[in-house]
Amino acid sequence: MSEINPALETFSQEVDELLTAMEEALLGLEGTPDDSESINSIFRAMHTIKGSSGLFGFDDVVAFTHEAETVLDKVRNGERAIDAELISVLLACKDHTAQIIQHTFFNEGEPLPEELQQQGQALIAQLTGSSIVVGGMPATQQEKADHFEVDVNTTDSSDNWVISLAFEPDALRNGMDPLSFIRYLQTLGKIIEVVITLPTLPRIEEMDPESCYLNFKIVFNSSADKKTIADVFEFAEDDCDITILPPNSRQEHYLQLLADLPEDQVKRLGEMLIEIGALTEKEVANILHEQRDEDNTEVKPLGEMLLEKNILQQPVIEQALKKQESVKQKINKESNYIRVDAAKLGYLINLVGELVISGAAMRLMVDKHGLSDVDDVASTMSHLVEDIRDTALQLRMVQIGETFTRFQRVVHDVSKELGKQIQLQITGGESELDKTVVEKINDPLIHLVRNSLDHGIETPAVRLRGGKPEKGTIQLNAYHDSGRIVIQISDDGQGLDPEKIVAKAIAKGLIKPDQILSKHEIYNLIFEPGLSTKDEAGNLSGRGVGMDVVKRNIEALRGSVSVDSELGQGTTVTIHLPLTLAIIDGFMVEAQKERYIIPLSMVEECVEMSSEEWQIDEVQHYVNLRGQVLPYLRLGDFFHNNKKHTRIQRESLVVVRFGETKAGFVVDELHGENQTVIKPLGKLFENLNGIGGATVLGSGDVALILDVQGLIQHAKKRVNPALALPSTV
Amino acid sequence: MTAKAKKNDGILQLSIMDDMTIYNAESLKETLLGYCHPGTQELQLDLSAVAEIDSAGLQLLLSLKIEALKRGFSLRLLRHSEAVIDVFELLKLGAYFGDPIVFPANWKKS
Repeated sequence: MSEINPALETFSQEVDELLTAMEEALLGLEGTPDDSESINSIFRAMHTIKGSSGLFGFDDVVAFTHEAETVLDKVRNGERAIDAELISVLLACKDHTAQIIQHTFFNEGEPLPEELQQQGQALIAQLTGSSIVVGGMPATQQEKADHFEVDVNTTDSSDNWVISLAFEPDALRNGMDPLSFIRYLQTLGKIIEVVITLPTLPRIEEMDPESCYLNFKIVFNSSADKKTIADVFEFAEDDCDITILPPNSRQEHYLQLLADLPEDQVKRLGEMLIEIGALTEKEVANILHEQRDEDNTEVKPLGEMLLEKNILQQPVIEQALKKQESVKQKINKESNYIRVDAAKLGYLINLVGELVISGAAMRLMVDKHGLSDVDDVASTMSHLVEDIRDTALQLRMVQIGETFTRFQRVVHDVSKELGKQIQLQITGGESELDKTVVEKINDPLIHLVRNSLDHGIETPAVRLRGGKPEKGTIQLNAYHDSGRIVIQISDDGQGLDPEKIVAKAIAKGLIKPDQILSKHEIYNLIFEPGLSTKDEAGNLSGRGVGMDVVKRNIEALRGSVSVDSELGQGTTVTIHLPLTLAIIDGFMVEAQKERYIIPLSMVEECVEMSSEEWQIDEVQHYVNLRGQVLPYLRLGDFFHNNKKHTRIQRESLVVVRFGETKAGFVVDELHGENQTVIKPLGKLFENLNGIGGATVLGSGDVALILDVQGLIQHAKKRVNPALALPSTV
Repeated sequence: MTAKAKKNDGILQLSIMDDMTIYNAESLKETLLGYCHPGTQELQLDLSAVAEIDSAGLQLLLSLKIEALKRGFSLRLLRHSEAVIDVFELLKLGAYFGDPIVFPANWKKS
C-alpha cells in the first residue's frame, strides 16, 4: 500500500469508532440484556460497516458483516434472544471484522488468508447455527405496557386542571384552613367540581375534630399557568400533598413547547419539564428527593415516578424523553472535535515552554531597569502567558475513563478463560491527565489488572468456601490529589501472603533470613525482579517478570507505586502519577547559592527555622513541628556534602508532602512561585539522587528540580525508625 | 352553650348558637355526638346563627352526615346562614346534603 486515500482514512476512523461503540454496547448488554438502545447500536455498527465496505468494494467484509447483521436484525425484532453465549460470539465477530478490514486495507485486492477465512466461517456457523428462537415479545415489554396506564377519571375532564389536595392530620392545628386556599383559588378561574373525600375518617366517637381528614379533588378551569396555580398552595406545602394535573389542552401546549425547545444542549428530564412549565421546580425537587430516599435498590426513572404519582400525563413525558434522546443524538453527531497531529501539539507545548522562559526573562529585565511604565504591560503579558500555558496543557489532557473501559473487555475475556466470575467497577473515569501519561500507563495497568484477575480473585468454588460472594470484583478508581493523579486497582481476592513472599525473597536471595521487615516493606518486595508468589507460572502471569517492569515504567513517569493487602480480603495497588510531564508550578528556594525548584503542589507550608520555636534534634535529624516528628534535610549539606559552608543566620524550613509522608527541607532563602518548564536531564545524570530534572530560569541560570519523593525517603532514613510517625507509615 | 335542642317524637331540632370553627370544634363534636343515640330518627340542625364556619366545622358536618347514614337516621340542615351558604357554594355541597337552601333576599351577588 503506497498511500492512503483520504476517503479510506475516514472510513478506517469510522470503523474504529463503530467497533469500539459495538464492543461497549455488547459488554453493556451483559448487565441489561434487553436494552434496545445497545442492540440498536450494535446493529448500526455492523450495518454501517457493511454499507461503507460495499462502497470500497471490500467484498469479504461485506459478506461477513452481512451475516452478523442478519442475526442482529433478528435480535432487534425480538425473534432471537440475546444471551451470554451470543454476546461472546458477537465480540469475536467484532474482532474478526477488525482483522479482515485491517487485512483488506493493507493488502488491497488480495484474497483473505486461509486462517481468517476459516475463522470467519466458524463464527458464521456459531452465529446462525445453535440459536434458540423465541416467539413473541419478551415478557418485560408486556409488563411495561400495563404499567403506563393512567387513571381514567383524571384524564377525561378534557379542558380543566385537576388539583388533588390531601391534607395532613395536623393541618388545622397548624393554622391552615383548606377552605381559604380554595377560596383564593377562585380568583384564578372557575371551580367546576369539587369532590371531598375523607378516606381516613373514623366513626364520630373516635374522630378528633381538630385533626384534618379532608381530601379535595378540584376540577378547575383556568388559563393561569401551572406555577401560578401551584403558588396558591405554597403555604400549605408542608401540611398538604398537592398534585396538579394540567388539562389536556395544556398538554398540546406543552407538546408544542417541547418541540420548540432549542436543541443546543442535553437537559435532564426535570429541567425540560420545568422550562416548558409542565412541572414546578418544587415538584421536581420533591420527586428527586423521593427517588433518592427510596429504600429499594432499584431506582425508578423520573418519568415513571411522575406517571405513577399522576403529576403529568403520559404523552408529555414521552414527548420530553423523545426530545431528550433526539437532542442527545444530534449533539453526539455534532460533537466538535478536530483531530490534531500529536507532533504538532507537542511542538506547540514546547513553544509555550520557551515563551514561559522568555516571559520570565523579560520580567527580570523590567525589574532590573525599574521600567515602571513597562511594568503594567509586562504583568498583563505574564498573565496571558500563564493562561496560554494552562490552555495548551489542557489540550493534551484526556479523561482516563476511556483507558479504564478498555479493561471491561480484558476482564470479560480473561475471566471466561479462567472460569472465574469477575466484574469490573470503574469510578473516577472523568479524572483528566496528560495524553502521554495515559499512553504510557496503559501497559502497567493491564499488567496489574491481569495480576488481579489471575492471582487475586479466586475461583467461584474457593470464594464460596471462604464466605465471599461468588462473583469477584475488581475496582479501578482514579482521583486527583495535590496536583497528581492517583490510580487504584483493587480486588476482593485472596490478598498477598506475607510469609510466602518472605520465603520466596529469602530463596531468591533478595533479603537475609534474619532481616526484620514491616508489612509494608514485605508487600513492596513483590516489585523486586524475579519474585512471584504464584507457584506455577500461568498463561497470563506468574513468571515473576513484570511487577519490576511495572514499577520501572511508573517511576519513569515520575510516579510511584505501592501495594497494600489483607490476606483473604484483597489487594490494592496505588499508583501516583504527575498530571503532566511538561510544565509545572514550581516553588523556588535557594541553598548554598544554588537554586532548586520544588513542585508547588507538594509544598505544604514554609516556616522559619529557629531552634527556640521548634525543638530541632541535630543528631537524629528531626524537627518537632507542632507536636509532629518531622524528618528534615539540609539541602545545602545534602548536595554539597564535602564543601565547607557558612551557616547563614536565618534559615527556612519548607514542609513537603508526598502521598502521606512529610518531610522538611532546610534552605537559606525562599524565592516563591515560578513557572517551571521541565527539561529532562541527559542520560549521564539519570541516576542522580534526589534530582528529577532541570529548568532554565529567566536569567539564563539553571535550577534543579527536586525529586521530592526520593528526598523524603532519604530524610526518613536518617531518623531513628523508632520515632517514625504513625502518619508517615 | 353552643346549641339548644327541642325534642318532638324522635325528631330532634338543634340550633347551633355559635361559630363552627376549630376553636369550638371539640365541644361542638361532643354536643352533636350526644344526640347520635339510637332513639333519634331525625336530627335537624338550625344553622341560622352560624356566623362563621371553617374547615373544621365543615368536616364536622360531613362526618355527622356520614354517621347519620351509618346509623340510619336522617340529618337535615335548616336555615343555612350566609357563611354556611358561602362554603356550600364554594364546594358545591348543596346536592350532597340534599337540603333546600333558602337564599336570603339580600344575598350578595358574587
